[in-house]
Amino acid sequence: MRIAVIGGGVVGSLIARELARYDAEILLFDREVEVGFGVTKANSGIIHAGFHDEPGTLRARFCVLGNALYPELAEELEFSFRRTGALVLAFDAEEEETLKRLWEQGEANGVPGLALLSREEVLAKEPEVNPAVRAGLFAPTVGITAPWEVAQAAAENAQANGAEFHLGEEVFGIEVKNGRVQALRTQKGLYFVDAVVNAAGLFADRISEMAGVPFPTLIPRRGEYILLGEPAGNLVHSVLFPTPSPVSKGILVIPTVDGGLLLGPTAEDLPPEAKEATETTSHGLSQVLRGAGKLVPKLPLNQALKTFAGLRPEPENGDFVVGPTKVRGFYQAGGMRSPGLTAAPAIAQFLAHEVIAPDLALKKKTAFNPKRARIPRAAELSEEEWEKLIREDLRWGRIVCFCNTVTEAEVVEAIRRGARTLDGVKFRTRAGFGRCQGSFCMAKIMAILARELGLGPERITLRGPGSELIFGKVRP
Amino acid sequence: MKISVDVVVVGGGAAGMAAAKAAAEAGAKTLLLEREERLGGVLDQCIHPGFGLHRYREELTGPEFAFRLLSELERAGAEIQSGATVLSVRPSPELLVASEKGLIRVEAKALVWAAGARERPFGPLLIPGARPAGIFTAGLAQKLVNIHGLLPGKRALILGSGDIGLIMARRLHLEGVEVVGVAEIKPFPGGLLRNVVQCLEDFGIPLFLRHTVAKIHGGKRLSGVTLVEVDEQGQPISGTEKFFAVDTLVLSVGLIPEVRPLESLFPDGVKVNSFFQSAVPWIFFAGNALEIFDLVDTVAKIGEEAGRSAARYAQEKPPKPTAVPLRKGQNVAVLVPHELVPGEPAHLFLRVPRPLSRATIRVADVYAQNHVSLRPAEMVEIALSPEATVELARLPQADVEVIPA
Repeated sequence: MRIAVIGGGVVGSLIARELARYDAEILLFDREVEVGFGVTKANSGIIHAGFHDEPGTLRARFCVLGNALYPELAEELEFSFRRTGALVLAFDAEEEETLKRLWEQGEANGVPGLALLSREEVLAKEPEVNPAVRAGLFAPTVGITAPWEVAQAAAENAQANGAEFHLGEEVFGIEVKNGRVQALRTQKGLYFVDAVVNAAGLFADRISEMAGVPFPTLIPRRGEYILLGEPAGNLVHSVLFPTPSPVSKGILVIPTVDGGLLLGPTAEDLPPEAKEATETTSHGLSQVLRGAGKLVPKLPLNQALKTFAGLRPEPENGDFVVGPTKVRGFYQAGGMRSPGLTAAPAIAQFLAHEVIAPDLALKKKTAFNPKRARIPRAAELSEEEWEKLIREDLRWGRIVCFCNTVTEAEVVEAIRRGARTLDGVKFRTRAGFGRCQGSFCMAKIMAILARELGLGPERITLRGPGSELIFGKVRP
Repeated sequence: MKISVDVVVVGGGAAGMAAAKAAAEAGAKTLLLEREERLGGVLDQCIHPGFGLHRYREELTGPEFAFRLLSELERAGAEIQSGATVLSVRPSPELLVASEKGLIRVEAKALVWAAGARERPFGPLLIPGARPAGIFTAGLAQKLVNIHGLLPGKRALILGSGDIGLIMARRLHLEGVEVVGVAEIKPFPGGLLRNVVQCLEDFGIPLFLRHTVAKIHGGKRLSGVTLVEVDEQGQPISGTEKFFAVDTLVLSVGLIPEVRPLESLFPDGVKVNSFFQSAVPWIFFAGNALEIFDLVDTVAKIGEEAGRSAARYAQEKPPKPTAVPLRKGQNVAVLVPHELVPGEPAHLFLRVPRPLSRATIRVADVYAQNHVSLRPAEMVEIALSPEATVELARLPQADVEVIPA
């Protein structure tokens, strides 16, 4: 049996990992040169509790299930995850009513631990919250993660268990014969497969069309963010939400796993073809500042590190598209709007174990290793552990990124594990993620990438072909 | 590994080399730590001339200036450890340092912090648009071109008219990059007048004053930027947008002192007296880690003063002298040091917030000097005699102000 997963984001990588538990050949394809470079990369990083979603939807079901899976998954795969809890804040009587409705919805969805809090209780928990607050809904199971780490960790673990990753390979066609998937085509050739899982994020509609399976129109919903660097994250303890509107969860204040603070996102629906419109706008950024400032009035904006925008694939009907289709061997894991990140592990388990494995009569492998070890971070080691690593390999003693204290050894290890670009190194090691935003370390990391990959410096990119960083030598 | 010294100097640029040299000459056992492989700091990549006119009375390039200072440092006999990054500074006093030799604990009686500055990056400017490759800070662009021999692009625009931005406009132009202009949000250039003339005017590179970048264009690599004119408040004037097709944007929008491992010791910022001694008596500051200076000659002079003071502190452990606080009055944007030690000579360095023609600099009622022209890009140095500082000691604080004629 040969199964192709299209899309190497959080969803596709986790599906590949679940499928790798079976005696089957797993191939994963992604058009980007690294995993997690699509929707996954520009995301709020919140593991939602499940009270935002209407009962009966796939969103509600997989969100609550996925949330419960995260602690163990984070331990197995060693990605950053912290249960911070969340507060939804109400600022007038109408919003207080909405909080009660959210609480009921959460109860119906089986969200554990929800509690309605008075103004005083909210301010006791979060003293920096706008004192105009009137009430809050507390959700203890809400957590934060670094979404790209989830994808990287799942991808590494899937590969360690035999999955084969074809990155930088775009799927152009899917061949279906007698109502059954036969093969898929990329720029490198034809691959005969028994099944295809569509986890192609913003492009899930196009992939589905290639198989002749209708898919709801995907609307790229742009979310703009402002990221503040550490120690701004110390300002709040939990994820802060405004009371949601019918279309969006609103603009949040989110502590990050690195001690930063993420403000956003906006929610702007773009035309379906605008699948790469990740630019920020002046109105979007001012909306973020207004929205976040309403929740926490004293934001240390002088600690701003960067602004960015991400696109969420918003299916026209508002719900995930998950499961088998009329084409045998073609499975959907698309329309991963919010809370897609939270739902991803539950969707991966459901698809692999309850849909695909019975369908294809797959048998479990005996030798599946669920553990993946993260790249050690020198800055987080004890002095003794760090000393030992330096004695073994002196590159552990060479600091490349001064802002986040990242060593050359970590950068080399990131490349060994699949980093091919400057962003790849940054999103694996945090080198270049700090307050200088890479002005001290970029030249060094470019040189290490060139050395380790055996490439000329003019072929080193920011995030894949077309994003080359330099144009050549000063003198030939 | 544990090392015990009298004075540890952090940073091997001009300030740090000068400080270590002066401390060693004063007889203190001195260790200089540099996080890069080579000493010299930013001087190594400043291959243009214009350095050393005050200190050596001749015009040198950055590497030549660094080489002379390094020779003086070696003659003075300070120990040098490069490839050594300070991880933390404990009040014992002890520094934890990472290096290829392992983690080193450095016990010192005094510390001179001379770790230089970092460049303000693109992110905090909150400029909307795409996030393509091709956006570099000026110092990084300079390092790529001058140290690594790599060309960042073919058509460039420079945002910010600080000295590095002006120098890089010329440097890129000389290497065949088409430099379409330098944009400056203020109504006056940020860099030295001589650099405006020698780097832009001499090569016909336009300077767009009161302009900033309104939008970044491009997918994977930068394809252009939109400039917009701004009003007196720095707000964009709509209808004045101009598009420039460029593949490279170089930022020269300010330098920020690097004080990271010390931040918790100075929650309200760093203040020094005229010995360059901080509120933590064993910590001294020098160079751009204290305040952004224009000239390396000044930085080296301050480094020597800080190094001498640190050596004296390490040897004699004198109590921290009582000092007269200086207060920034009208038209003073930058002022160091922040306190004066009565009875000691002092050098004050100040910067005005806007160009002024015909103005008087006053330090309370004991010092006054008339100037024909004062510019934000050019720091003014004031020498106060020991008598003047004694006289100031009768005041609770001394106001420093620039009074227009």
